[in-house]
Amino acid sequence: MTVIQADKLTKRFGKFTAVDHISFEVKKGEIFGFLGANGAGKTTAMRMLCGLSKASSGLGRVAGFDIQKESEKIKKVIGYMSQKFSLYEDLTVRENIRLYAGIYGIPEKEISPKTDLLLENLGFSSEKNTLVKALPLGWKQKLSFSVAIFHDPVIVFLDEPTGGVDPSTRRQFWELIYDASQRGITVFVTTHYMDEAEYCDRVSIMVDGRIDAMDSPTNLKKQFQSPSMDGVFQQLARKAKRQAD
Amino acid sequence: MAESKYQMNRIMVQGHNIFRKYGKVQALSDISFEVMEGEIFGVIGPDGAGKTTLFRILTTLLLADQGQAMVNGFDVVEDYTSIRKKIGYMPGKFSLYQDLTVQENLDFFATVFNTTIEENYHLIRDIYVQLEPFKSRRAGALSGGMKQKLALCCALIHKPEILFLDEPTTGVDPVSRREFWEMLGKLKAQGITIIVSTPYMDEAEKCDRIALIQGGSFIQIDTPENIKDGYANPLYAVSSESMYALLKDLRSCERVKSCYPFGDAHHVTFFDDSFTSEDLEKFLQSKGHNDNNISKIRPTIEDCFMNLSSPGDAS
Repeated sequence: MTVIQADKLTKRFGKFTAVDHISFEVKKGEIFGFLGANGAGKTTAMRMLCGLSKASSGLGRVAGFDIQKESEKIKKVIGYMSQKFSLYEDLTVRENIRLYAGIYGIPEKEISPKTDLLLENLGFSSEKNTLVKALPLGWKQKLSFSVAIFHDPVIVFLDEPTGGVDPSTRRQFWELIYDASQRGITVFVTTHYMDEAEYCDRVSIMVDGRIDAMDSPTNLKKQFQSPSMDGVFQQLARKAKRQAD
Repeated sequence: MAESKYQMNRIMVQGHNIFRKYGKVQALSDISFEVMEGEIFGVIGPDGAGKTTLFRILTTLLLADQGQAMVNGFDVVEDYTSIRKKIGYMPGKFSLYQDLTVQENLDFFATVFNTTIEENYHLIRDIYVQLEPFKSRRAGALSGGMKQKLALCCALIHKPEILFLDEPTTGVDPVSRREFWEMLGKLKAQGITIIVSTPYMDEAEKCDRIALIQGGSFIQIDTPENIKDGYANPLYAVSSESMYALLKDLRSCERVKSCYPFGDAHHVTFFDDSFTSEDLEKFLQSKGHNDNNISKIRPTIEDCFMNLSSPGDAS
């Protein structure tokens, strides 16, 4: 089943083509790595898919809805997490979950047991009344991912979710991603860590607004005759003519 | 340590039992280290480990609660004005004047330090040529990569003897990161001592020596090679068709001490040497994994960091 579909999706800002006719499909439960150098157009493409920005041309469907005409419906069935903003620092762990659950319209009586279960799985039960600002960064990242998938979205979009996190937490975070994918949640993720690209089922690499390569990490390494995804990335991204952002 | 035409016998930066608290949070505890002339010294650790606090103390912008620090032979408290003339500092947060142009920012920093762009142009030339097409653009309107290059130029324009770079590559893509480290290599060749912090463990390899930092403490200081040599257990890279199932099964094996995903393979150690890779192969086949690839490997700095840092301490 296809849950994301982009067909010649394009975004222009004045004369500048930020995203240039990208086409791809992502299947249900897939972990799809969306790579590219700074300024290659990843964030712009992701914003169109999330219904936050209108495409200049091309078609896109997310979770069965048209990104141009049904963006409000899309917002209800996706989750989103970025490194920069995710949780309210001045609310407790529990209050943050409660807030997001309310926004996504989860029935009142389900929120409490679901919250307990989530905190138990994360090993956070003792911290439920702690202010988020007092949590270590790694905990915040794990919590904000859990909050982003609390309403069981069809797709979760993750924008550089592991930046600056220590190595062990970074790995625990990817186990949460695997877990979500096994439950059928599609994961659309950007990262600058090339080892993380290896954890994806498929990877696309954007260069100057286009998708210049897309396949499984194994096939990409074969295609570009490189032992690592870092090598693949370096070969492609060095071809960029556009100035980095 | 990498060979250099500079004698690595002069201590340029020295910390001695440095402590610093913010409220109840112990940001730094008992930090001691030395950086020699001409070295690239990396401070490697995650966000919140104390990297920026240490940099601010060394650049005379913050007082330690306890301990001493010397930079280029001067005490960071007594002789802070002498230090400020001799160092270049690139903070983690972009701190140039957003509404001055590229050229104006550079002129400003040169003037503050009683010099001119022309006088030290040789130091910044390689970097500045990339900025030149944008020299009349306001700094606030530059892209991230260009801001980073301008900040480095401004930190270099007074020909500092020591450069402090606080997370210059955070959030930067792998290609730009590599280019940035090439620039640092050139600066090192000019004799500048460089202290640089980063959360990216792979960048450790580009440093002469590194300090691994977590939870406000240095957990080890040495050359990257020595740190890797010090990894106690034999380390294996293990891969098969289904990597997530493999991870779970490896964790379930009672002879396995540690197991972490590392890109296209899992890195695995055993509790004792009596368990061999052949034993592991048998175990994995019993769990239904065929087509396994098990090979002994040299650890990376990231393996070492995870091995040395206490798990409960993760930031």
